[in-house]
Amino acid sequence: MGNSQTKIRVLIAKAGLDGHDRGAKVVARALRDAGMEVIYTGLRQTPEMITEAALQEDVQVVGLSILSGAHMTLVPKVIKMLQKQGLTDVKLFLGGIIPDEDKSELTKLGVDGIFGPGTSTQLIIKDIRKACQ
Amino acid sequence: MPVTRTQAVLNGERLALTRTLSQVENNTPEGNQILEELFPHTGNAHLIGVTGAPGTGKSTLVNQLAFDYRHPPEGTKLPTVAIVAIDPSSPFSGGALLGDRVRMQDLAGDPGVFVRSMASRGSLGGLASTTAGLVQVFDAAGFDIILIETVGAGQAEVEIASLAHTTIVVEAPGLGDEIQTFKAGILEIADILVVNKADKPGADNALRALRNMLSLTQPEKNVVMHHGKMMSTEEAPAGDAEPDQEWVPPVLPTTATTGDGVAELIEQIAAHQQHLKTSGGWILREQARLKNEVGNLLQEALHQRWNSSIPPADYEKVLDQVVSRQISPRRAVDKLIKGAGL
Repeated sequence: MGNSQTKIRVLIAKAGLDGHDRGAKVVARALRDAGMEVIYTGLRQTPEMITEAALQEDVQVVGLSILSGAHMTLVPKVIKMLQKQGLTDVKLFLGGIIPDEDKSELTKLGVDGIFGPGTSTQLIIKDIRKACQ
Repeated sequence: MPVTRTQAVLNGERLALTRTLSQVENNTPEGNQILEELFPHTGNAHLIGVTGAPGTGKSTLVNQLAFDYRHPPEGTKLPTVAIVAIDPSSPFSGGALLGDRVRMQDLAGDPGVFVRSMASRGSLGGLASTTAGLVQVFDAAGFDIILIETVGAGQAEVEIASLAHTTIVVEAPGLGDEIQTFKAGILEIADILVVNKADKPGADNALRALRNMLSLTQPEKNVVMHHGKMMSTEEAPAGDAEPDQEWVPPVLPTTATTGDGVAELIEQIAAHQQHLKTSGGWILREQARLKNEVGNLLQEALHQRWNSSIPPADYEKVLDQVVSRQISPRRAVDKLIKGAGL
């Protein structure tokens, strides 16, 4: 065990006020089974809490689950705060209900991937691995 | 001159700190170099281990402990708190779900607290192989209190006792009868025993069983519990035990979800630290801890040296001989060690 070993560390957070975390848990479990270390933060995380957790846990990836429709408010805040903390290399993925018309703006802001309902966990795993290369 | 990573950690810069923790956790050459430079700055923090079975409320208790440390009574010192929380890695995928933070929401936004989750990455003693290294980084970074939460432990995960100054073993009501308390293992390492979820039925029974167990292992106290009553016994024979030096683990009820009993727990942690410092136990534990760490690293280094010196084909050949019952496993080890020239 003396070898250096690096694992992909992912923060899975439920941002904002909606309480449905089934999807976030399914994704967390799938990433675990893909050999990643998943830090699960639970419900109702503010952008401040998400950024603080990303910093303390030194994750390469933050996965946000947002079903409430507040993504255009929450996501820019998270991105700004991550940058302020110096976490410019952290990849940001979104899951949940994100309308098509918002996607291009979110991508422009720096979101690395958006996974809507029905996305296979295999695709999520593949995209995260690719982003972390 | 630009500030080095080491200096930045010593200055308490959080980005440098978190990146260093990763380097140390991943056992990289850079991480080991920084650890080397940080080591002279360690030895100031109070290392508190929290262990116990899964679901006894360790994370919630750690959350409440940290919260209370950060909200001390008027006029007392405000310590900074680091938390290292370890959860198991999957033996199959190597992945892990680290969920201790879910119970630590009360600490969000407090710049005097730093919570880091760790996966056990194949270690079996309740900690990860690099936990000691992470703790040293926090120590050097100036954290006053370092809470180390182990993997949910069964009976034999006792490694925490050789890392922490003060080990808290957390029990909960309904986890077994009195016989369980007589078994060797995790209860033996407790400096403080906590029955968490004390608001649940059965808490009194659990408290009584643990106190009973302790009264039998501390005969110099001259009391045992009999039918639930304290009864004096004959004078204990004068043995190796030095009564002044002896720390009798207190058994405390807590309800971590409400914070009940946590103030008393903090008092007992302070009392234990005081006891260690006055009895010389602090230095003994420091020595034992560092000796243990050197031992672990030595074992790792020897194994690696062996590993890199033996051709994989030779290893496979010897294994095949064992599988086909030509030689015993012990004989195989002899051969493998000689083959590596050790």
